[in-house]
Amino acid sequence: MKRPPIYGLLAEFDTPTELVTAVRKARAAGYRVMDAYSPFPIEELAEALHFHDRRLSMIVLGGGITGGLVGYLLQYWTSVVEYPLNIGGRPLHSWPSFIPVTFETTVLFAALSAVLGMLALNGLPMPYHPVFNVPRFALASRDQFFLCIEAVDPHFDREITRRFLERLDPQSIAEVAH
Amino acid sequence: MARLDPTMPGLHLAPDHVFVRVQRVAGAVGAGAILLCVAGALLNPAAFFRAYLVAYLFWFGIALGSLAILMVQYVTGGAWGAVVRRVLESGTRTLPLMAVLFVPLAFGLPYLYVWARPEVVAHDALLQHQRIYLNVPFFLVRAAFYFAVWITVTHFLNRWSLAQDSRPEPRLERRLEMLSRAGLMLYGLTETFAAIDWAMSLDPHWASTIYGILLMGGQGLAAFAFVIPVAAILARRPPLSRIITPDQFHDLGKLMLAFVMLWAYFSFSQFLIIWSGNLPEEIPWYLRRIQGGWLWVGILLALAHFMLPFVVLLSRDVKRRPRVLALVAGMLIVARFVDIFWLVRPTQGSAGLELHWLDFVTPFAIGGLWLWVFVWQLGTRPLVPVNDPCLPVMEAA
Repeated sequence: MKRPPIYGLLAEFDTPTELVTAVRKARAAGYRVMDAYSPFPIEELAEALHFHDRRLSMIVLGGGITGGLVGYLLQYWTSVVEYPLNIGGRPLHSWPSFIPVTFETTVLFAALSAVLGMLALNGLPMPYHPVFNVPRFALASRDQFFLCIEAVDPHFDREITRRFLERLDPQSIAEVAH
Repeated sequence: MARLDPTMPGLHLAPDHVFVRVQRVAGAVGAGAILLCVAGALLNPAAFFRAYLVAYLFWFGIALGSLAILMVQYVTGGAWGAVVRRVLESGTRTLPLMAVLFVPLAFGLPYLYVWARPEVVAHDALLQHQRIYLNVPFFLVRAAFYFAVWITVTHFLNRWSLAQDSRPEPRLERRLEMLSRAGLMLYGLTETFAAIDWAMSLDPHWASTIYGILLMGGQGLAAFAFVIPVAAILARRPPLSRIITPDQFHDLGKLMLAFVMLWAYFSFSQFLIIWSGNLPEEIPWYLRRIQGGWLWVGILLALAHFMLPFVVLLSRDVKRRPRVLALVAGMLIVARFVDIFWLVRPTQGSAGLELHWLDFVTPFAIGGLWLWVFVWQLGTRPLVPVNDPCLPVMEAA
């Protein structure tokens, strides 16, 4: 596929409500490849962007199940196979005493896979991203809200998309260079 | 954002609301079950009081759990609590009814508690030692004291919350929060003693230091498992349909999941310590609960009270869908009953699981009455605490 001449068009908004409305209107106008940027999480935004990525949930679930199995089997192996000890006449495979550690390793593995899975999926740390070519984008970590419609979107057209964004009454519009 | 006028129409429970029908059915079923209970009490008082205590503790758990969750929300804030505030409050206003329903127990103490039988105490050195605490007059005085504390806290929380409807005042918010802080401490203390008195003393030779908080965790869960289906039904119509969103159900679902885990954590902690200690004074409590059919009740509890709801409630979609969440909550209400049945019922010296027809009738007798009072109380106030600062923005009608 031919690389588009620019990365996309970036519109700046003053409030989270305006950003969410803009995203909804862009969806309604047929745009699909876009991203929104905000200084803090906005709950409605993921929904407005139709963000349905469940991969991280699955990674965390897998991590948790793995952690539970690892924790339990580790104890089983040490107490039953490798170093069997008779403690008060209890069976070697005394499952109740294995539960606390199994719980802890489940939580540990799930939490670690959440952090590492998040980093693996979102590509952070990312030393370069085109939106930073727009100087005003620095405000995205302060008090402004941005919507970027990317040029790879099939509906994207440098002029039509710009006019569409202008109708949303943004604070500013900028072309994002690669 | 414009606040709502509490006198405007449509904020109360509509006269044709499904809950009004529920109330009528509950009243009829309750009245019938009460008649059966009276007959049962005359025929077999021992079986009646055993069944009555289980049913009583179950419904009492929802009422007192509502008070605890109400106070937690005043201290911590959050829109989830503001949207179900009036449901929780109606739950707390059933506490006077629970105080009245405690009276029959006072007449059945020797049927329930061995420490209330002088002929048993005479031959038991430990019970003679415990007599300074476990005796009938002191037991009744303590129960009266617990109810006095709970009903006083309930009274002021409800009164100030109603006053807030007519004028938004930061002073009232502050007062509600301060009372809730003190009330939560009082709740922790009184409910610990109440749990020891009413349930743990069924087996006075056995003691567990986690017992009070185990029942408190159960009460918190019972409150959420009751409030969620009620909120899901209320959310279908105004005024709640205009303020409650999937976000609030998501929060309620998360908290219910937390209480499911808390209950499992407390229950398992008690079991693990007693199992590890393996002491002859402690293990009979569990041995009695794995004999005969009781083992199956315990396995059912592990599945329906923990594993199944835990796995299902992990899903974000389940928590955001009121209908599905209400189904899970309904299952947990039943599991709460089974848990109390498992905690309370096996202590009476029977070997194995023996069911009596009164075990099935008493929950409906108390429950019918309880639900009737609950809906009556729900109808007395606007369903939305209009001036609550935690309330989500209400959409225009």
